[in-house]
Amino acid sequence: MLPTDFAALEPYGDWILENERDRYAKRLASSMEEMQAFYDAAFPLLEKAAAHLDEFVLHELPEAERNLLLLMFSLVNVSFPVEVWKQPRVPDSGAAYLDLVVEPRV
Amino acid sequence: MPHFAKPAAGSWTEQYPELGTGPVNYEDSIDPAYYEAEREAIFKRTWLNVGRVELLPKTGSYFTKELAVADTSLILVRGRDQQIRAFHNVCRHRGNKLVWNDYPGEEVKGTCRQFTCKYHAWRYDLAGDLTFVQQEEEFFGLDKGEYGLKSVRCEIWEGFVFVNLDPDAQPLAEYLGEMAKGLEGYPFHEMTEVFTYKAEVGSNWKLFIDAFAEFYHAPVLHLKQAVKGEADKLFTIGFEALHYELHSPHSMISSWGGMSPPKDLNMVKPVERVLRSGLFGPWDRPDIAGLDTLPAGLNPARHRAWGSDSFEFFPNMTLLVWAPGWYLTYHYWPTAVDKHVFEANLYFAPARTARERLAQELAAVTFKEYALQDGNTLEATQTMLRSRAVMDFPLNDQEILLRHLHKVVGDYVKEHADAAD
Ligand code: FES
Ligand SMILES: [Fe+2]
Repeated sequence: MLPTDFAALEPYGDWILENERDRYAKRLASSMEEMQAFYDAAFPLLEKAAAHLDEFVLHELPEAERNLLLLMFSLVNVSFPVEVWKQPRVPDSGAAYLDLVVEPRV
Repeated sequence: MPHFAKPAAGSWTEQYPELGTGPVNYEDSIDPAYYEAEREAIFKRTWLNVGRVELLPKTGSYFTKELAVADTSLILVRGRDQQIRAFHNVCRHRGNKLVWNDYPGEEVKGTCRQFTCKYHAWRYDLAGDLTFVQQEEEFFGLDKGEYGLKSVRCEIWEGFVFVNLDPDAQPLAEYLGEMAKGLEGYPFHEMTEVFTYKAEVGSNWKLFIDAFAEFYHAPVLHLKQAVKGEADKLFTIGFEALHYELHSPHSMISSWGGMSPPKDLNMVKPVERVLRSGLFGPWDRPDIAGLDTLPAGLNPARHRAWGSDSFEFFPNMTLLVWAPGWYLTYHYWPTAVDKHVFEANLYFAPARTARERLAQELAAVTFKEYALQDGNTLEATQTMLRSRAVMDFPLNDQEILLRHLHKVVGDYVKEHADAAD
């Protein structure tokens, strides 16, 4: 599912999601423990992942590489709860929502 | 202690004596009758931006725009002659909505050769002409030439498509005036990678403009977004703009940009350090022409610490240009006195590498975290304004754009009412 060098992230494969709506929904549905575990495994590999992906043409990524990129999008999404909020939701955001209806294709 | 110089008049606000410095009344955000007046005096008469030319890339590309505030829906379409035109989305036979999918209230987009009405199959070409009438011989001397789609004024500025429901309105360029002129030449057309956000917000449309037209709230409402030491510092310093400018009915605020990149990497979150990006956008400028020399309207104070300029194009468009080379737009589409659809678009130069794409993703995700806090706060504000317990509010010098917005809205409403007398 992922490039061999990133096999350590295979257990977090359910964070490989096609769009922001799904990533954000999964974040809201996850516990802090779950997100912390994903973050602790993925964050140390972020720089290495970026370097690896940059060896490919962005819009022609092989499937494993594309999965890695989508996984790193999820890491970006959970970085807020983990690094600052200490909770899945944005504080003081109540019932407010903001849907990403168009996003660039990868 | 001030960090940036103010005008000789002593304050930004006092440069414009017509604004006054007294408390501002917010009845204009809760009174249903006032909202009705705004619809007539403002939204049916001013130039409204409905998107960019990139949304209509080729012959037959179209999209619809719901304008609840003006009780209509529009079709925007690129014709065979490459002209972009706007029409009321209404069939000339018996008034069915011409272009829609399953749900009449939802906006749609696509490409077509002609528009065919779902009801009795009347057809219109891309220039709006009626080309086919089902069982035409049953009608009574019907002249198809007289039953084309009702057109709407449509003009383009720097790739931004504007419409105006008033056939007698002044030309777009004239309406946008000096402030827009100063932005001409910025490479908007190179920034074609788009993130589009939408939400319905339970507040008057002006309250959301208020929230984005001042940054006085940023170190407070968004305090927890920064790392701890940095948040404390920001809170103590507060916010001061580099520059404000009013070209009524439009206005702008120019701000510093110390976070892109930050002086000290410890100022920002770990993910920002790795991806070199954050609220202010990717720290590394995209490799496109037009960013080395900026048009005169950007960074009008010519300040070294410049980070962003936010333009309020009256009535409902914010255009925010960031120093690192990307921009965003906000639109606030009223649906009721206490409700509007908020739309935000983030525009980047297309990413060439995964690393660039990840930097954009972080900027986009960060934007959303902030905007959620803003949107939610507005609903709290709206409910309390409705109590009418307090109606007059003291606006400070960093809130000059709000003072100006509410005054301009008031002037339009009054002028329209006076003309009707
Ligand atoms: S209403 Fe459109 S064809 Fe009859
Ligand atoms: Fe804000």
